[in-house]
Amino acid sequence: MSNEFRLADGGRIDRDRPVRFDFEGQQLQGYAGDTLASALLANGVHRVATSNKYGRPRGIMAAGAEEPNALVQVEAPFPEPMLPATTVEVRDGLQASGLPGKGRLATEEDPARYDTMHTHCDVLVVGAGPAGLAAALSAARSGARVIVADADTEFGGSLLGSGQTLDGRAATDWVRRTTAELAEHPEVRLLPRTTVFGYYEDNYLVALEHRGDDASSRQRIWRMRAREVVLATGAHERPLVFSGNDRPGIMLAGSARTYVNRYAVLPGRRAVVFTTNDSAYAAAIDLHDAGVEIVAVVDAREVVSTYWASLCVERGIRIHASTGVVSTSGTDRITSAHLSSLGPEGNHPTSVRQVVTCDLLLVSGGWNPAVHLHSQARGSVRFAEDIGAFVPDGTDQAARSAGAVTGVLATGKCLTSGAEAGRDAARAAGFDAELARVPDSKHAPILAARHLWVVPGSGDSDGTTQFVDLARDATVADVRRAVAAGMDNVEHVKRYTTIGTAHDQGKTSGTLSTGVIAEVLGVGVGELGTTTFRAPYTPVTFAALAGRERGDLYDPVRVTAMHDWHVEQGALFENVGQWKRPWYYPHSGEDMETAVLRECYAVRSGVGMQDVSTLGKIDVQGPDAAEFLDLVYTNKMSTLKVGRIRYGLMCTADGMVFDDGTVTRTAEHRYLISTTSGGAANVLAHLEDWLQTEWTHLRVHLTSVTEHWATIALVGPESRQVLADVAPELDVDNDGFGFMTWQEGNVAGVHARVCRISFSGELAFEINVPWWYGREVWEVLMAGGRPYGITPYGTETMHVLRAEKGFPIVGQDTDGTITPHDLGMSWAVSKKKDDFLGKRSFSRPDTARTDRKHLVGLLPEDTNLVLPEGAQIVEQPELGEPPVPMLGHVTSSYRSAVLGSGFALAVVKGGRDRVGETLYSPVGDRPVPVTVTEPVFYDKEGARRDG
Amino acid sequence: MAEPYAESPLATYTDVLERSSVRGQLRIAEEPFLAQVTVRVDPKSPAAERVGTALGGMLPNQSGEVVLAGDLTVLWLGPDEWLVVGPEGRDRDVQERVTAALDGEHGAVVDVSANRTVLSVTGPRARDLLNKGCALDLHPRAFESNRCAQTMLARAGVILVRRDAEAPSFWLLVRSSFARYLADWLVDAAEEYRSGGGEP
Amino acid sequence: MMLIPCPWCGPRNEIEFHYGGQADVRCPADPQAVSDEDWATFLFFRDNPKGVFTERWSHVAGCRRWFTVRRDTDSNRVLPSEGTQQARTVTT
Ligand SMILES: [Zn+2]
Repeated sequence: MSNEFRLADGGRIDRDRPVRFDFEGQQLQGYAGDTLASALLANGVHRVATSNKYGRPRGIMAAGAEEPNALVQVEAPFPEPMLPATTVEVRDGLQASGLPGKGRLATEEDPARYDTMHTHCDVLVVGAGPAGLAAALSAARSGARVIVADADTEFGGSLLGSGQTLDGRAATDWVRRTTAELAEHPEVRLLPRTTVFGYYEDNYLVALEHRGDDASSRQRIWRMRAREVVLATGAHERPLVFSGNDRPGIMLAGSARTYVNRYAVLPGRRAVVFTTNDSAYAAAIDLHDAGVEIVAVVDAREVVSTYWASLCVERGIRIHASTGVVSTSGTDRITSAHLSSLGPEGNHPTSVRQVVTCDLLLVSGGWNPAVHLHSQARGSVRFAEDIGAFVPDGTDQAARSAGAVTGVLATGKCLTSGAEAGRDAARAAGFDAELARVPDSKHAPILAARHLWVVPGSGDSDGTTQFVDLARDATVADVRRAVAAGMDNVEHVKRYTTIGTAHDQGKTSGTLSTGVIAEVLGVGVGELGTTTFRAPYTPVTFAALAGRERGDLYDPVRVTAMHDWHVEQGALFENVGQWKRPWYYPHSGEDMETAVLRECYAVRSGVGMQDVSTLGKIDVQGPDAAEFLDLVYTNKMSTLKVGRIRYGLMCTADGMVFDDGTVTRTAEHRYLISTTSGGAANVLAHLEDWLQTEWTHLRVHLTSVTEHWATIALVGPESRQVLADVAPELDVDNDGFGFMTWQEGNVAGVHARVCRISFSGELAFEINVPWWYGREVWEVLMAGGRPYGITPYGTETMHVLRAEKGFPIVGQDTDGTITPHDLGMSWAVSKKKDDFLGKRSFSRPDTARTDRKHLVGLLPEDTNLVLPEGAQIVEQPELGEPPVPMLGHVTSSYRSAVLGSGFALAVVKGGRDRVGETLYSPVGDRPVPVTVTEPVFYDKEGARRDG
Repeated sequence: MAEPYAESPLATYTDVLERSSVRGQLRIAEEPFLAQVTVRVDPKSPAAERVGTALGGMLPNQSGEVVLAGDLTVLWLGPDEWLVVGPEGRDRDVQERVTAALDGEHGAVVDVSANRTVLSVTGPRARDLLNKGCALDLHPRAFESNRCAQTMLARAGVILVRRDAEAPSFWLLVRSSFARYLADWLVDAAEEYRSGGGEP
Repeated sequence: MMLIPCPWCGPRNEIEFHYGGQADVRCPADPQAVSDEDWATFLFFRDNPKGVFTERWSHVAGCRRWFTVRRDTDSNRVLPSEGTQQARTVTT
């Protein structure tokens, strides 16, 4: 039965390129240019899928993206769930099966690549049917940058399937010539297989291009910014609602015409055509001429078009006026249609019935303009009585609609409105555009349509087989139930019934459901309006949206100049913002705890080295730099002498700790400040904010220099000796190089700025060299420190060492609700300065409370226990009935080599007044006792600082 | 002591970048160690004029303007902010000249030579490659030669400079810590030109 | 993807910007002199209109300048006739 339903000639398929594919285990043949749907129909396969809720057989209803029924799961070349068979191109090796309701995501990794392209144009034309092509031609000839995007594999839109003529020749000739001319324009980009699925603010449109399984990227997302947009998105044919309107073999009339003309496929042998308007007659004629027996044209109108009637009479096709199809028979395929005379509009139908045997029922309830993109861009729509559907009605975007989307259905009018829209768009974009000549087309006079929502007299009075949304299996009965439950607007009914929420976003069911609701409510369709149209117009995979941003490129990985060394030494890394920082350097066989204890011990007893290049650095210059820093830090920086360094806390105006770091005065009018690794960008933005908007009188410039410097912390009692060895020119004595001072000089032959600062309580130096020399100096220091057992250490050891000294980490021990006083750092808050950021807030009643959460130390009674960070602190050993009063939580917790036990920092209500008390922390299912301490656990006297 | 060894942020990427170049289509390479000095001064002040003179050309005062002055390239970064880019080793000289020209007037001069590295992307495919991650309109009608912009390329901030001589040619100035990420991204995005399968 | 008009760099995609909330919320000249209530109003209270809103943006991925625009929060359109200008006040 291979291609039994394929016509001997005609169509736009490539008969020289047969392709073999597999549908549900059947080996079938189609041709290049076929969709899966057309190839299935050519092989007589009508039943494709099973409906999602009721398990009813479903076939192919449409020939494009509006298909509500024929969903398939593609298994090869790559598993893809839920694709309409009408949009899948057949190719060799395609393997697909009909969906039993729901699709299935692939379990293996997708080997394909996906990417993104940003582009700009003067005129974006969406849709390459007659209107879109005419628009593109007018615009392109002006020299404007034009993009034409169309979802189909080739341009032409309705002209591909209608078999009509333009200028006395096949319309497809005009399509070919127009496309060829457009392709010649250097500033025109043609994007077939590209669906514009989203229309956002300021003429930003996003499209998905299917580039093919063998392309360098399988799908590409286009992010387009257009000066002007022409929406030539066409219209979708509307089905009709009657009993059993969902059987395989029931097809939109225009789609059937497309299958005959474009794909040379007969969708059946014996057809009934049921219509409310003229357009289905063309389908009847084309199908008849292709060899389909048209048993009856059933027209809901009392008076039918004399033009079409005469064409039918010539062919012996019988027309039943004032008649409707009220129900159907058949299981896997329609076998008969049941006709009933409808009587005049508004009257009850008579009961005259006739059963007509057929294997195909074409339906046309009119046309719904595809206003989706127009509406996404917040354009309004109005109900057009003549076509019984919603059309665009004004937009704030630089956009215009043309062609069928405006409710114009005759090809000639579509061409003209397109050419005008293209000219107007190009002119609006500043180009001297002329109207492109449009080809002559002949069209019959159009007789008014009858708007029919639920066909009167349909077989089942309860409406349970009268489908409004086939994709959702939602029926007239569901709509009635929604209205009976009190819902009287389309948005509510949509949510109650799920109409319009399937993969097809209600392309065929949207206007229909509004009509049915209006009928049930007894109001006008125009009064109800539409539901909100949202992106995407057709489904888009997450892989396409992610594009290149997956795997290693998911987010930038920031590395320091010494990164490769850390990798070579087997460091494990911790993510700090986007930075990769060495976490710890395990020796073979070491777990994290062992490695960190070893690193801590090495630093406290000998010498260790850490890469601290990630700390943010900002150069502050200008005659008012000192005054500026006095305003942004809680302590006084203007009194700092050149050559000295001070630790500083920054608060936001609400008095909460925002960041911290060191301030180095490098010259009278120049400072270098450091920030936390994760906070650098925010601190710079915060400082610029105040400088540019409130303190505009201050003459200060800020420059981020974070990556100019590679920074090495050399820490431990032996650090002075190591530095002396590699930097013989430096005076490293305690007297010559005091704590919190800096010097410039050669370190390992590189000009460096060396600072004596410590974040561990140990004697320590921080060596800054330009990034380019970071690795060199690091390695020289490593080699020089070898006799002293120098040990590289990571962030975990740094955290333990600073916690032993009670130094908080902003962002770990603080969370935006902690003041300097809460941290016990009142010493860093100036009482002399008139003002600084946060000062006023310290006297707000809430900030001045004495029972705020304070940073304290905690020692678990079980010295082997390391409390989990985030653990709650409670008063009593028994939790009792909820709500259990919470006193605070653990912010940092480690095992200490020097203490020989676990210890923690925590914020606890009134914590400083509880020092010595025993509190409890629920760990697992039991509260464990902990002792509240001062937050400084080690070397309280600070004796180790000077080595 | 031997001369210290300097390593640019993409020193280990030379071969990778070379391999992702396509003859006659696309060339990606690091231009390491260029001197870079940030200059801040009130553009309307006499000091700004003196700074321009000292550099051998006026400071560009239009958004995104680039001025070439001998072997120096001066980029407009903001209404009172410029980046002077020059050959390796020129940083000290530029700083001294600008500082002298400021002559005590309020301004700022900061050596940022190692803060960013420079990637050059050259060839007929350069624009398409960049537009895979850059949302700016890089069409010659919108972004001419000797224009610059601070923007995003993929997820990294960059200063983008159009330097066309014969073929389209761009500089990407990227923070040193982001350089490898950006290089990896460029190599990945250039894959289709290497395999020859891509449409422009 | 809104286009935000940076007064220095021209219109750019909104992802290049940092949002700064309501404009023209002036920090009291002498914070120590204002009542707790007035101080709290400055810190925490902002308008949230449906319609035209004057707000601050900073071009963080570009020139780092703060500026003010008027935007209709309903349509997301920046009002072009009003133009944009350098921001005058900070909002914490
Ligand atoms: Zn800007």
